[in-house]
Amino acid sequence: MFKIFQYTLFDLLRSRWTLGYLGFYLALTSALAFLSGDTSKVVISLMNVVLILCPLVASMLGAMYYYNSREFIELLLAQPLRRTHIFWGQYFGVALSLSLSVLLGVGIPLAAYGIWASGEIWNFFVLLLDGVLLSFIFSGLAFWIALRHENRIKGFGLAILAWLFFAVIYDGLVLLLLMEFRDYPLEAASICLALCNPIDLSRILILLKLDISALMGYTGAVFRQFLGSHWGMALSLGALLLWLTTPALMVRRIAQRKDF
Amino acid sequence: MIAIRQLSKSFGSLEVLKGIDLIFDKPGCVTAVLGPNGSGKTTLIKALLGLVIPDGGIIEVDRQNVRGQWDYRARISYLPQAARFPENLTVRELIDFVKNIRRGQQSQEERFIRLFDLEPHLDKRLGNLSGGTRQKVNIALALMYDCPLWILDEPTNGLDPLAMVHFRELVQEARAQGKIVLITTHIMSLVEEIANEVVFLLEGKIHFQGTIQALKTQHNQQSVERAIASILSGGASFSANGHSAQVQQLALSM
Amino acid sequence: MYQKLMWGIALGLAWWGRVQAATLEVCAQCPWQSVRQAVEAAAPGDVVRVRPGGYKEHSIQINKKLVLQGTGFPVLEGNDLEEILIITADSVRVEGFELRRAGKSQLKDQAAIRVRKARYFVIQQNRIVDAYFGIYLEHSSHGLVEGNVLLGTATHEASAGNAIHGWYGRHLEISSNYIKGHRDGVYLEFVDSSLVVNNISEYNVRYGLHYMFSNDDQYVCNVFRSNGAGVAVMFSKRIQMRENRFERNWGTTAYGLLLKEIYDADIQDNHFLYNTVGIFLEGATRISYQRNEFQYNGWAVQMTGGCLDNHFTRNNFLANTLDLVVNSRVNNNTFNGNYWSEYTGYDLNRDGTGDVPHRPVKLFSYILAQSPESIVLLRSFFIDLLNFSEKVSPALTPQDVADYSPSMSKIS
Repeated sequence: MFKIFQYTLFDLLRSRWTLGYLGFYLALTSALAFLSGDTSKVVISLMNVVLILCPLVASMLGAMYYYNSREFIELLLAQPLRRTHIFWGQYFGVALSLSLSVLLGVGIPLAAYGIWASGEIWNFFVLLLDGVLLSFIFSGLAFWIALRHENRIKGFGLAILAWLFFAVIYDGLVLLLLMEFRDYPLEAASICLALCNPIDLSRILILLKLDISALMGYTGAVFRQFLGSHWGMALSLGALLLWLTTPALMVRRIAQRKDF
Repeated sequence: MIAIRQLSKSFGSLEVLKGIDLIFDKPGCVTAVLGPNGSGKTTLIKALLGLVIPDGGIIEVDRQNVRGQWDYRARISYLPQAARFPENLTVRELIDFVKNIRRGQQSQEERFIRLFDLEPHLDKRLGNLSGGTRQKVNIALALMYDCPLWILDEPTNGLDPLAMVHFRELVQEARAQGKIVLITTHIMSLVEEIANEVVFLLEGKIHFQGTIQALKTQHNQQSVERAIASILSGGASFSANGHSAQVQQLALSM
Repeated sequence: MYQKLMWGIALGLAWWGRVQAATLEVCAQCPWQSVRQAVEAAAPGDVVRVRPGGYKEHSIQINKKLVLQGTGFPVLEGNDLEEILIITADSVRVEGFELRRAGKSQLKDQAAIRVRKARYFVIQQNRIVDAYFGIYLEHSSHGLVEGNVLLGTATHEASAGNAIHGWYGRHLEISSNYIKGHRDGVYLEFVDSSLVVNNISEYNVRYGLHYMFSNDDQYVCNVFRSNGAGVAVMFSKRIQMRENRFERNWGTTAYGLLLKEIYDADIQDNHFLYNTVGIFLEGATRISYQRNEFQYNGWAVQMTGGCLDNHFTRNNFLANTLDLVVNSRVNNNTFNGNYWSEYTGYDLNRDGTGDVPHRPVKLFSYILAQSPESIVLLRSFFIDLLNFSEKVSPALTPQDVADYSPSMSKIS
């Protein structure tokens, strides 16, 4: 697995896509950090970008990489290699190259800007963690979708649709639901709904620090327990871990059954 | 040795293999797997390699069921049909990569590079190679490990006459070394020249299995080509065996 | 300063008047073993000096001009039933004691130190541990409470008293005290022209500082941290609030600063950090807010009914969840020249002022009011889209609440 992973990673690190993606983050973060001079503003702007862009790029690149390496996969499949290792190797390679782009693209300018000494360090740490987790989750999902669909237009479309669903539509549905049933106690339900969407989860991880003041204003007991203690953080991280392993396991499942 | 029992596979509603029983256990025996397009040759070979997961039946390589296994592939030299490589790798990188994966096995890529005169192409990207050169690379990659089993899917596609000669020599050499070789091809002269036995697949079933001589005598023809043609033209009248009536029926129903 | 000078002169005069002031020493081997007996025996103007040690005493009445001085923090330990020191004369000074086990009665509002109808008192450098009321100033004026440490263990409002409690008084100065774990850190009711300065008041169950019916007071350079609410100013006039820090006042009804029915206040150079609500206004009129910084609050400013003539100028609004919530459309409150980190406008003529007005009220605050659970969607892309579309064509948010000259850079 490690060899495939290594190969995929180096292959991607040399590709224009990854470099462009890295460059984008470098430019954006530098611009935000050096031009705005207001670290709290940087956190919020970066958060919006990371939460939307990481899943989108991961979905696109995950599907694209799979389709572009179909031939290579066939070559590998005939080698004495475990199937799971081939696909996991590729998946981790893609996910890690994406993660590296986020980590370096956001991390370097901030380090240069001296963020590590500021009070914002925890926010940025969570932001980077979110970027990495979302890259893994969504490239895994895209890999799985691509493995299921030989037609690359269809697979690509579905991967983007999955992104659209989790990034935008889902929240709209949740809001609709909350407004529709606002006369009922919806605390636990709203937390559960948020746990079911990795983008919402990542957002809440940041909110737990950034907007704790507002969150603490909420009356409900379940909410207070969720937000006010380490419970919330632990539960969110747990759910994210589940989200992290699910696509990997789904990739494995389909990889073991698929015909080439 | 390879033993296949009751192998079946469908893609959706399309039954590609319908209960195939085959045994390849004679050292030095070259078997040609023949059949018209869509008869299941490639699926059979892919199932052997584990690229296609069978719906039913058992495949054993060296008495080991290969289902879910992967290490047995180290004993197989597989030449895929119409080689498709990652476009932006160079030939040398690809060879190195495969060597890296199969580390621990003795490889003899220099011999094939010399044999097929690949030296000038080593630093070219695979996407820029001509079809013939690609096939040479393909052969080199497949055969550079000394494996007891050879599975070659359309090995001569796009080869120039000189390379053809080299390829025939390679097969002769394998035969002499007692390897078990499976070949699919459309070129019947090649079959007559290098194969000892023939497996003829039709509609996902084995229509004939035996030596070339048996094939010819059974169909009362001088060449393999004609024998095959007579099978395909529904020559049940020539046949002494009961399968053919079925074949004809199947052919009509389609 | 003026007040300090007055006390100084008063004390000085007293000193000078009795050149032959006696010093009564109290300790286990001293002429006096009991603080109460020494106080009773002392003549006006004498000094009672208490050496280190524990003294189980309570209800010590100081009804004459006296200096009661502890050296090395002698401990006055009450009986859990009675008050410990009761000051009823002018010009009394109490310093350097640790007071424990004062009476804790919810019926009698007992205090560790009570000052009743006295003037020119000084209470300084004492340590008061786990009292019901710490220092209770009733009908007293021109006094100084300085450098005391008041540690309580209150967990519920009903079972706790206030650390420093003023009831009817004028010209009080409460400075440099450390207060923790009471109901209110400092409570002033009918107390006018007084100063609260340099105190740290934290982890109190209700408010860090609480004004009721008090006028012309000022509080400056205090820190209010993690209280039920930082400071509550109610039914009061002309209060000056400057250079205080309001931090981490978290909870359902937690505010950095709560203003209720007050008039003519100045709120300047304060820092509001990590409060659920930075400032909560209800019936606040003619208030000026200048150069305050609101950072990481849930709601920086929440305006409810009957707020008129509130003028926000040159404040910083940095990364608050919501900068402003108003629940009425009609008002004449203004925002000018503030810095809003949310502002997305531009400054083409480079005069440091944004060219398009900033509307700090967001649609999401209305959604939150309807469905509090929707807080889980905070800062989500979908909500941002909603906010944006509302900004482009306002339907629910009031159009007239806007900063027409938003600052492009943080105000320093």
